[in-house]
Amino acid sequence: MSGDTLIDIRGLTVEYKTSAGLLGSRSQRTRVLEDFSLQLERGATLGVVGESGCGKSTLANSMMRFVEPIAGQIFFEGRDILALDRRELRGQRRQMQIVFQNPFSSLNPRLRVKTIVAEPLITHLDLTPAQLEERIIELLSEVGLNEAFMRRFPHELSGGQAQRVALARAVALNPKLLILDEPTSALDVSVQAQIVNLLGKLQRDHQLTYLFISHSLALVQHISDYIAVLYLGEVVEYGRQADITRAPRHPYTRALFSSTPQPDPESGRERIILEGTVPSPKDPPGGCRFHTRCPQVMELCRHKKPKAHATEAGHWATCHLLDAELESLQGVDAS
Amino acid sequence: MSPASAQPLLAIDDLHISFPTPRGELRAVRGISFQVEPGEIFGIVGESGCGKTVTGRSILGLVPQPGRISGGRIMFQGSDLTAMSQAELRHLRGNRIAMIFQDPSAALNPLFTIGQQLLGIMKRHDPGKRAGHLDAAVSLLADLGLPQPESLLDSYPHQLSGGMQQRAMIAMALAAEPDLIVADEPTTALDVTIQAQILDLLVALKEKRGVTIVFITHDLGVVAETCDHVAVFYLGQIVEQGTAREIFKAPRHPYTQGLLAALPSPDAGQDALKVIPGSVGDMVGDGVGCAFAPRCEFRMPHCDRQTPTLMPLGGQQQAACFLYDEIGEGT
Ligand SMILES: Nc1ncnc2c1ncn2[C@@H]1O[C@H](COP(=O)(O)OP(=O)(O)OP(=O)(O)O)[C@@H](O)[C@H]1O
Ligand SMILES: Nc1ncnc2c1ncn2[C@@H]1O[C@H](COP(=O)(O)OP(=O)(O)O)[C@@H](O)[C@H]1O
Ligand code: SF4
Ligand code: SF4
Ligand SMILES: [Mg+2]
Ligand SMILES: [Mg+2]
Repeated sequence: MSGDTLIDIRGLTVEYKTSAGLLGSRSQRTRVLEDFSLQLERGATLGVVGESGCGKSTLANSMMRFVEPIAGQIFFEGRDILALDRRELRGQRRQMQIVFQNPFSSLNPRLRVKTIVAEPLITHLDLTPAQLEERIIELLSEVGLNEAFMRRFPHELSGGQAQRVALARAVALNPKLLILDEPTSALDVSVQAQIVNLLGKLQRDHQLTYLFISHSLALVQHISDYIAVLYLGEVVEYGRQADITRAPRHPYTRALFSSTPQPDPESGRERIILEGTVPSPKDPPGGCRFHTRCPQVMELCRHKKPKAHATEAGHWATCHLLDAELESLQGVDAS
Repeated sequence: MSPASAQPLLAIDDLHISFPTPRGELRAVRGISFQVEPGEIFGIVGESGCGKTVTGRSILGLVPQPGRISGGRIMFQGSDLTAMSQAELRHLRGNRIAMIFQDPSAALNPLFTIGQQLLGIMKRHDPGKRAGHLDAAVSLLADLGLPQPESLLDSYPHQLSGGMQQRAMIAMALAAEPDLIVADEPTTALDVTIQAQILDLLVALKEKRGVTIVFITHDLGVVAETCDHVAVFYLGQIVEQGTAREIFKAPRHPYTQGLLAALPSPDAGQDALKVIPGSVGDMVGDGVGCAFAPRCEFRMPHCDRQTPTLMPLGGQQQAACFLYDEIGEGT
């Protein structure tokens, strides 16, 4: 990574307790992220894309310490978040905020918008009532809502308006990092576009770093500077948005591209239809985790885990096809 | 297969559906008309709340309570569904029209195996040929790309993945060999790679078995890839319709244009997306004038006073917008 690193995740491993056996008699541990590493550049947007259950929210929740990883470090400006005690964590949380998919479930239905936005300001700052009110009005106007919205309850808001309130609250304390876990998945296309543009404006105005999680590759491509493609708890491809868009290297990334429906009946692109479904993380396949669905699977893939291969500066993918390519590039006999 | 030559399987004519609410009558469907030709996939696309589901359910005689059809006709194979008795509608649903939902759990009974449910439908539909049902069920599941169909018959719904449940529901919809399937957001809850499998399957069913499908979705990409004809809904009305090719190549209604421009794309880079300002209006009340006017960048004074109706634009394309008024009068 070229620029200044805000977040450096190293060797993150997260397990959930799940039950197994007859009537859940045995408790079992499912490893959802394993030895997971990723960096976020300050002021940039890293898009994390992958299908349901691949560990996107688990990553977000680990960074917020809503779940406790069993191993690894998450450095925020050089300080390991996972090593912080309760008190230190409270201070740290001012620097990082999270916004979820369903704005209504994250807004207290009994509180007015004014109180919802005021809450972090009251907890962390020492403002007079007049200053507080002024700041709330300022924040609401930043997200495109006028003063009249202060008196509304969440149920009196549309989905897009509720997500704006969630964003106003999230940026209230000028955090450095915003984790966005599918912030527009519950919204209509026309409202999604409004929120996406708002995110761009907030990022510029506040020099925010974004971790943007989505299952939509098109959206992630639109919004991100860097993209990480996840499959079953592992990053299978990482790179600059433009590099991944121009030349996706991992067969899974290519399949995601070709599965995303295009609003152009004449696009005439080849369709890669993957067979089967994502295997359960309780029992992940050996070798390459994608081998049960990969259209280009080779014998080697079933037992040997592929390494990350850089294909150009800052762009890498984990796939054995790249072993061969590299070897042929270097003129080494592949057999 | 010129669509113009075929007799429509389904012809909806000036349909109105409304719900009583404390604030007054909510007019969820406001005078829509469209025709579905046999053997095609007809797409209904629009944002949430624009009346897609209510329209789809009305084709099965299943308008949710306390809603009612307050006007218009739904002609299916020549007879008017809105004039049928509950018994006639039940017969129609069991044999000639089937529905696929977004959530398979709405259609699959958790207490019975896939086989019990599938064979039950087949027996009810065709009580005569008892022996053949099992073979037919196995080959149907195999046709739908379900692995090990025999053992699948003994599985309960919760033992299947989301994509497999969706396929099982499609199998149930096909079991009675209906002439028409209404599919309401059948892939919305699925991951893209699984969605691609199901869309592929629906297109194959159309091509191999000649199944006719009314396909409801909010996803313009899905419509473009699967549908022959498309109707774009806005606030309970059709604002534009035509072949998928026509609409995606040259959208004419400002709303359709706005929707397509609002889609994220890598080519647009990180430049701001084009936005449709404001939000969808209220369905309660009469709504004089063009329903899209408050959000329309081309709004003219008479757009607020008169309500535009669908005007022909050449080919099969039509748009309800005064921008095309003169063209409409000319043809
Ligand atoms: N609290 C929990 N207890 C047990 N298992 C869990 C828990 N939370 C998540 N999991 C499992 O961990 C895996 C990753 O889940 P996660 O929520 O991170 O996925 P995701 O990528 O965010 O998916 P989605 O796109 O559906 O939101 C899944 O297999 C999920 O079932
Ligand atoms: N059972 C019901 N009772 C009252 N209003 C309803 C009911 N079902 C739908 N509506 C209303 O009818 C309109 C259209 O709904 P629907 O067809 O479900 O939209 P879509 O499927 O396009 O999202 C909405 O305003 C909705 O609130
Ligand atoms: S390592 Fe093998 S199975 Fe895995 S993605 Fe590459 S080719 Fe496919
Ligand atoms: S009729 Fe007028 S307001 Fe309505 S879409 Fe056309 S130009 Fe816009
Ligand atoms: Mg998630
Ligand atoms: Mg619906």
